[in-house]
Amino acid sequence: MKYSDEYRDPKLAGQLSRQIHKITTRPWVIMEVCGGQTHAIVKFGIDTLLPEKIQLVHGPGCPVCVTPLEIIDRALVIAAQKQVIFCSFGDMLRVPGSSTDLLSVKAQGGDVRIVYSPLDAVKIARDNPQQEVVFFAVGFETTAPANAMAVYQAKESGLRNFSLLVSHVLVPPAMEAILSSKANRVQGFLAAGHVCAVMGYTEYPPIAAKYQVPIIVTGFEPLDILHGIAMCVEQLESGRHEVENQYTRSVTKQGNTHAQDLITKVFCVVPRKWRGIGEIPQSGLALRSEYKDYDAEIKFNLGNIKTQESPECISGLVLQGIKKPHECPAFGVECTPEHPLGATMVSSEGACSAYYRYKRIS
Amino acid sequence: MDSLSCPFPIQQYPQVLLAHGGGGKLMQQLIEKMFTTAFGPKPACGLHDSVVLNLPAKKVAFTTDSFVVKPLFFPGGDIGTLAVNGTVNDLAMSGARPLYLSLGFILEEGLDMETLWRIVRSIKKAADIAQVKIVTGDTKVVDRGKGDGIYINSSGIGIIEHGLSIVPSSVRAGDAVLINGDVGRHGIAVMATREGLDFETTIESDCAPLNDIVGLLIKAGIDIHCMRDLTRGGLASALNEIAQDASRTIHINEAAVPVTEQVASACAIMGFDPLYVANEGRFIAFVPENQASRALEILQKHPLGQGACRIGEVSGESRPEVILKSCIGANRILDMISGQQLPRIC
Repeated sequence: MKYSDEYRDPKLAGQLSRQIHKITTRPWVIMEVCGGQTHAIVKFGIDTLLPEKIQLVHGPGCPVCVTPLEIIDRALVIAAQKQVIFCSFGDMLRVPGSSTDLLSVKAQGGDVRIVYSPLDAVKIARDNPQQEVVFFAVGFETTAPANAMAVYQAKESGLRNFSLLVSHVLVPPAMEAILSSKANRVQGFLAAGHVCAVMGYTEYPPIAAKYQVPIIVTGFEPLDILHGIAMCVEQLESGRHEVENQYTRSVTKQGNTHAQDLITKVFCVVPRKWRGIGEIPQSGLALRSEYKDYDAEIKFNLGNIKTQESPECISGLVLQGIKKPHECPAFGVECTPEHPLGATMVSSEGACSAYYRYKRIS
Repeated sequence: MDSLSCPFPIQQYPQVLLAHGGGGKLMQQLIEKMFTTAFGPKPACGLHDSVVLNLPAKKVAFTTDSFVVKPLFFPGGDIGTLAVNGTVNDLAMSGARPLYLSLGFILEEGLDMETLWRIVRSIKKAADIAQVKIVTGDTKVVDRGKGDGIYINSSGIGIIEHGLSIVPSSVRAGDAVLINGDVGRHGIAVMATREGLDFETTIESDCAPLNDIVGLLIKAGIDIHCMRDLTRGGLASALNEIAQDASRTIHINEAAVPVTEQVASACAIMGFDPLYVANEGRFIAFVPENQASRALEILQKHPLGQGACRIGEVSGESRPEVILKSCIGANRILDMISGQQLPRIC
């Protein structure tokens, strides 16, 4: 496939692997922030091409995994209501809430639909004026512009039966939370290329300087990731801690300013809870007051929802890079993709799911 | 059956009524005017509760499958072609020569007669191509809103004319794993139609009967150890099922598995892995190493095997798993899918 085969060349992968082996003299812990990168690392076996001294730990960049349980439970309550068409990206459907998941709500008669874009949900709202259409707006800076556009268009066209259940989170505050933790082991970051395609990378130099960690904006294909690791190790070995851009074919320093403007117009930055990690200050997005009519949490009176997280699940530690998935006693025993205890076992980008699918051998 | 127009008096009943499954005159009309028109004349003895067949073999293969596809029509096929080819292929995978099919229709009240006729015509055409006869059937009608237009169950009988034991336990260390063409087209064609996704070129389902191409391998004396058609769950699930049942380790070279540019692109957009996407005209065959080249030549000469190739082999290890050599040369487990593939967020 054009534009991806070029970045999966086994010969070039071998060259990069040898280069990393050559420059590595000490043990280093590097975190790939994005779940898409985690998935690629285990799917292509990239970690098997690295020296033993390099340890990759998996970051919190999986939107399915970090969406707090309370929000999932709210989604379940809204989706079960009769007049509601509940729209979501596909991989949110299997995420366990306190007692059930969206797929089960659908099986019990809820109108739960998978959409590929929030604008599809806007169209469903136009086509079904008697129904309330709710879109589950989760994700990082990557999905925020399209979700903002959906609300913006709905408001502009006077659509009243559309709303968002928002659980947007931001990457840089999560990186800071990890670095400032006493248990932190991370010495260098591969930053999420897609997030930077939207936001640019001007937010990162203060983090790199404050915590003295190299941050490499990295893509998602095998050669991108190997190249990002090589750049990171080179900085670590030479004692540098700068922000560098590996993913130059998609990312500019300033990012997509039109998308950023739209995000700012519709959303404001708020403190946000992350599943398994807890509240991180200024780490999320919520609808601005001008758009409160489109906020599902306001539109639907949800009352008090009691949440119950599985006591065995250590996904919070996995998402912070403190533990690896297979170090969890429940991994592959009580917790499997068929019966997940935590969201990291659900999403195709979740570290536990990726380990379960691709790495059971080790 | 040459007529393209629906033989049913559609001015009177343009849609299926509950009474068409009620056992009375309307049902009789439906059977006589539509089904026997398409599938063959009534036997001289009249319609009976069951059909009596003379089978020219001691060993027969018998299988059943149900079809609930949405949408009913998609590029490269429809629920009718699936109902024939799905059952024919299940028979072919045991090396049987499929002869007879039964069809059970569950129709939803309100289904357009024209739609039903279009499906019946597809069934007839697919049965002719696969050289099987529809010999018995059943019709039920459910209330409007209780079905997706039409569900079909088909069962099939085929005869075994070879002495091979084509089962997972026959798989041996050193066997070559062959495939008859590119994977993932059926699943993507159906999904693209269902979700209204427009690609620059239309992706057509690979839906096809595999009995003829399998027959060529058997006739040529290829000592087939096992075969499996790659339906739901795709190539990955079929390989895992065989690895489990045979207690063998199967090694697959990802770069060797054919995937068209269009399917690879569609999968990349939706976050799917083509190795898990459904097919309806693809199969894998486990054959002894020393017959692999000849088997490939035979497959490649058939229209359904032009893209046939070798994708891996069975190793001497007895761990029941599938190891995939990724395109950058690293090994990983190729696991069975959990649930269904769901489109990802970003």
